[in-house]
Amino acid sequence: MKVYTPRDESEAATIVAQAAAGGLRLAIGGANSKAALGRRMEVDSRLSSTQMSGVTLYEPAELVIAAKSGTPVSEVVRVLTERGQELPFEPMDYRPLLGTRMEPTIGALAAMNISGPRRIMAGAARDSLIGIRAVNGRGQVVKSGGRVMKNVTGLDLVKLLAGSWGTLGFLTEVTFKVLPRTERMATLIWRGLDDVRAIAALSRALGSPFDITGAAHLPTPDVKGSRTLIRLEGFSVSVDYRLGEVRRLLKGAGSAEILEGRGAESLWQSVRDATVLQDHAERAVWRVSTAPSKAPALAAEVARALDAQWFYDWGGGLLWIATRPEGDAGAAVVRAATRSAGGHATLLRAPDAIRDTVDVFEPQSEAIMTLQRGIKASFDPAGIFNPGRMYAGV
Amino acid sequence: MSIAFPKPDQAVLSNRAEILAGLSRLVANEALIVSEDERRAFETDGLTAYRRMPLAVVLPSSTAEVSEILRFCHAHGVKVVPRGAGTSLCGGAIPQEDAIVLGVSKMNRVLEVNLADRLIRVESGITNLGISQAVAHEGFFYAPDPSSQLACTIAGNIAMNSGGAHCLKYGVTTNNLLGVTLVLLDGTIVEIGGDGLDAPGYDLLGLITGSEGQLGVVTEATVRILHAAEGARPALLGFERVNDAGACVAAIIAAGIIPVALEYMDRPAIQICEAFAHAGYPLDVDAMLIVEVEGSDAEIDDMLRRIVAIAEPFHPKTIRVSQSEAESAAIWKGRKSAFGATGRVADYICMDGTIPTGQLPYVLKRIDEIAAAEGLGVANVFHAGDGNLHPLVMFDTNKPGEMEKAEHVGEEILKLCVEVGGCLTGEHGVGIEKRDLMSFQFNTADLEQQMRVRAVFDPLWLLNPAKVFPLDGRQFS
Ligand SMILES: Cc1cc2nc3c(=O)[nH]c(=O)nc-3n(C[C@H](O)[C@H](O)[C@H](O)COP(=O)(O)OP(=O)(O)OC[C@H]3O[C@@H](n4cnc5c(N)ncnc54)[C@H](O)[C@@H]3O)c2cc1C
Repeated sequence: MKVYTPRDESEAATIVAQAAAGGLRLAIGGANSKAALGRRMEVDSRLSSTQMSGVTLYEPAELVIAAKSGTPVSEVVRVLTERGQELPFEPMDYRPLLGTRMEPTIGALAAMNISGPRRIMAGAARDSLIGIRAVNGRGQVVKSGGRVMKNVTGLDLVKLLAGSWGTLGFLTEVTFKVLPRTERMATLIWRGLDDVRAIAALSRALGSPFDITGAAHLPTPDVKGSRTLIRLEGFSVSVDYRLGEVRRLLKGAGSAEILEGRGAESLWQSVRDATVLQDHAERAVWRVSTAPSKAPALAAEVARALDAQWFYDWGGGLLWIATRPEGDAGAAVVRAATRSAGGHATLLRAPDAIRDTVDVFEPQSEAIMTLQRGIKASFDPAGIFNPGRMYAGV
Repeated sequence: MSIAFPKPDQAVLSNRAEILAGLSRLVANEALIVSEDERRAFETDGLTAYRRMPLAVVLPSSTAEVSEILRFCHAHGVKVVPRGAGTSLCGGAIPQEDAIVLGVSKMNRVLEVNLADRLIRVESGITNLGISQAVAHEGFFYAPDPSSQLACTIAGNIAMNSGGAHCLKYGVTTNNLLGVTLVLLDGTIVEIGGDGLDAPGYDLLGLITGSEGQLGVVTEATVRILHAAEGARPALLGFERVNDAGACVAAIIAAGIIPVALEYMDRPAIQICEAFAHAGYPLDVDAMLIVEVEGSDAEIDDMLRRIVAIAEPFHPKTIRVSQSEAESAAIWKGRKSAFGATGRVADYICMDGTIPTGQLPYVLKRIDEIAAAEGLGVANVFHAGDGNLHPLVMFDTNKPGEMEKAEHVGEEILKLCVEVGGCLTGEHGVGIEKRDLMSFQFNTADLEQQMRVRAVFDPLWLLNPAKVFPLDGRQFS
C-alpha cells in the first residue's frame, strides 16, 4: 500500500486535496503503532506524519510546548524532562498491550485523547491540548486554539479533534499545556480489600482535600492478594503530611505500607499500560468508563458470566477487563453490564475477526449518531479519512 | 457604538401576534413575557451599551417545554436567544427584535448529589454559587468560580466556558463538566456525556462548552465537585518595576509551584481598588501580585516561604504574607471588587484577551501607549499564571465620542493580544463584542470550518445568530 509521508503541512494539504478529488481513502496516522485499535477499515493509501517531526515551541516558564504531529512522544518527553516538566495527563503507552514496537507520535496522543492514572486530577489529553493545526478533508489547513491556556475564541475544534481517531483531520501540529514534575511521589498500598470495600475507600480518599493523583484497585482471585493503591505527589513535606492524613482517613481499611522510588513508578506504569492484567498480550481487553460506585457491581456481573480478569483505575471510574479472545470476546455481557450501570465500553484489543463483528466503540443514540455523521461530513465530506474507524459512516 | 445588528426579519415582526399565540399554548401564562415593560429587563446583558427589545421572553420550567418551544420556533423561523442570568460581558445574551429570549432561570433545581462519585446534577438555570452551596455542608465545592458567581448560571458558564480566579489549579468549565442535556433547535433532546470521566465518540461535550448558545439549549448539567482544601492563604508582593513582577511569575512556575491563584494588578488598578476596599495594598509600586496557595497550615507556610524566597531576587518592595482569614479576605476583597471599584471612578469597558505570559512587560507598555494616544486611562487586572488580561479601559460617557474612543482602544488591545501569539478572549466569549474581530485571529478556512460545524446543529442560523461569526461571509445555512 502506498504511504504518503509529507514533509510539511502544505505538502500534506496537497496530498489530501488530490485524494479527496480522486476519492482515495486514507489511513491517517503517525507511526501506525495503533492500527490494531478501533474498527478495522478499508483504505487505499496511508498518510503518515512521520516526516513531520520536531518541537516547534517550548516555553517552560509559560508551561507550553508545541510539536509537529509526527514527533515521537519520547522526544517530547525528553525535551520536557530536561527542564523538569511533563505531560500532565500521564499518557498510556499502548505498545505492551498491542505487542507493537513502533514509537508512538505526539499527534496520536492528541487524536486518541490518551490519558493515564492522573486523569482523575489532571484530565486527559483533551484537557491539556490547547492548540491544533490540521488538514481537513477538503485539503484546507485549519487551526483552532493556540498557545495560551485560556482561550474561548470561537468553537472549540481542539476538543473535537482530540479523540476523533484521525477521522476528522490530519493533525499537523499540536500544542500542549505542561506541568512541572513534582519533587516526590509516594504510594500507599492496602492489601486484602474486596472490590466493594476498596472502591469505597478510594472514593473516600478522592473526596478528601488531599489531592490524590492515582487511585487504583488490583484484585486477585484470592482476595488476600489484592492491592489498593493511592498515590500522592508534591513537595516532600506536603507528601509526608498527606500520607499521614490519608492513612488516618482510611484506617477502617487496615494499615497501609508506603512504596516509593522505582518500584512505585513501575507499579503505576503497569496500571497505566494495563499490563497488570495477566496474559494481557493474548486476551481480549475492554476499557469501561463508568461512575466509580457502579464499577464493582459491573465487574461482578461480568465475572459471573465470563472467564474474566479486571482491575480498576480512576478510583473505579475506569475498569479494565480481560476476556477470552473468542466468540464475541464477551461483548454481549460486558455491554449489558455497562448499560445497566451507565457508562461505555471500548474493545481495545481483540483479534481482527472479532473486531470485524463486534462494535468496538459503545453504540450511541440515534440523535448523537446524526450529529457525529454531520460533524464528520463537515470536516471530511468525501469520507476519505479513516473511514469507519470509530463507527460505520464516521 | 460601532457594533451592527442584522436587520430584523419583517415577516417575523409582522407575525408577532401569531407567534405569541403559538407560544402561549406551550407554556403557563406567567412563563411568557410579552409586555414592553417586562421585556425591557431582557434587552441587554453585561454589555449594557447595546440593547435590543426582544419579540417576547419565554421562561420554561422543564426540558420538555424547552423542546416544544424550540420545535415551534424552528417550524416558524423564529430566532432564539438563550439566556441564563444575563451577566455576559460580550453581549452574548443580547437579543434582537425578531428573536425570542429563552431564559432558563426558572429551571434551577438540584437533581442529584452524588458524593461517592463526586458529582452533582442540576438544572442549568442554577447559579454557579448555588451549586457550591448545595454541597458546601459536606465540604465540597464546584471549582470554576467566575467573579459573577453569585448571579451567573451554569448554563451561561457552559455556553461561555467560563473561568475563575482559581482555574490555574482547577481548570475552567470544560475541564469540570461531565454531561449535559441539550435540546436542539428542532426539539430533539440529546443526552451527552454522563457520570463517567470519558464519553464515547466525538467530544460533543467539549464542543458544546464555549459554543455561546449557538448549538442548542442546555437544560441540565452534571459537573464534578471536589472537596475544598483545608485552607488557603495569599501573599501579596509589590514591585517597582513591571518587568520584575513578570519575571517573578515565571520564576515561581519554573520552581515547580502551581499556586491556586496568581493575580496581577497594575498601578492604576491598585490605586482604584485600595481606595474602594482599603485592603492595605502598597500605593508606591507599579505592579502587585496576589499569590494564593492551599493546603494545611504547615503546607501553606512552607509554600509561601518558598514563594517569598523566589521573589527576593526581583527586588519586591512589599512582601505581605497573610496571617489570618481576615487579612486574606481583605487582600481578595480588593481584587474581587476591581470591576465595581473602577465603575465608581469612571465608565469602563472590560477587555479579556490572553497573551503568552513572557510578553507581559511589552504588552502592558503598548496598552498604555494605545490608551494614551486616545487620551484614556487603563487599569489592568489579570490572571498572571495563564496570561488572561482584563484591561479596564476608562472613559466618560458624558463626553461625546469617548465611548467610541474606548471601543477603539479595546479593539487595538485585542489585536495586540493576537499579534503577540495570544487570543481575543480568554473567558468572556466573543458574543457581539468581538464578532467582527474574529477574522483577525482566524483565516477564512478556520472560520468556515467552525461555521460548517455550527450548521450541523443549526442549519437555519436561528440560534443566537448575531453572535460570534462576522455578519458577512456567513455560509452553510
Ligand atoms: C461583574 C462580572 C464579573 C465577571 N467575572 C467573570 C469571571 O471571572 N470569569 C468569567 O469567565 N466570566 C466572568 N463574567 C462574565 C459572565 O458572568 C460569564 O460569561 C457567565 O458565564 C455568564 O452567565 P449568565 O448566566 O449570566 O449567562 P448569560 O449572560 O445569560 O448568557 C451567556 C451566554 O450563554 C448563552 N446561554 C445562556 N443560557 C444558555 C442555555 N441554557 N443553553 C445554551 N446557551 C445558553 C447565551 O446565549 C449567551 O451567549 C463576569 C461578568 C460580570 C458582570
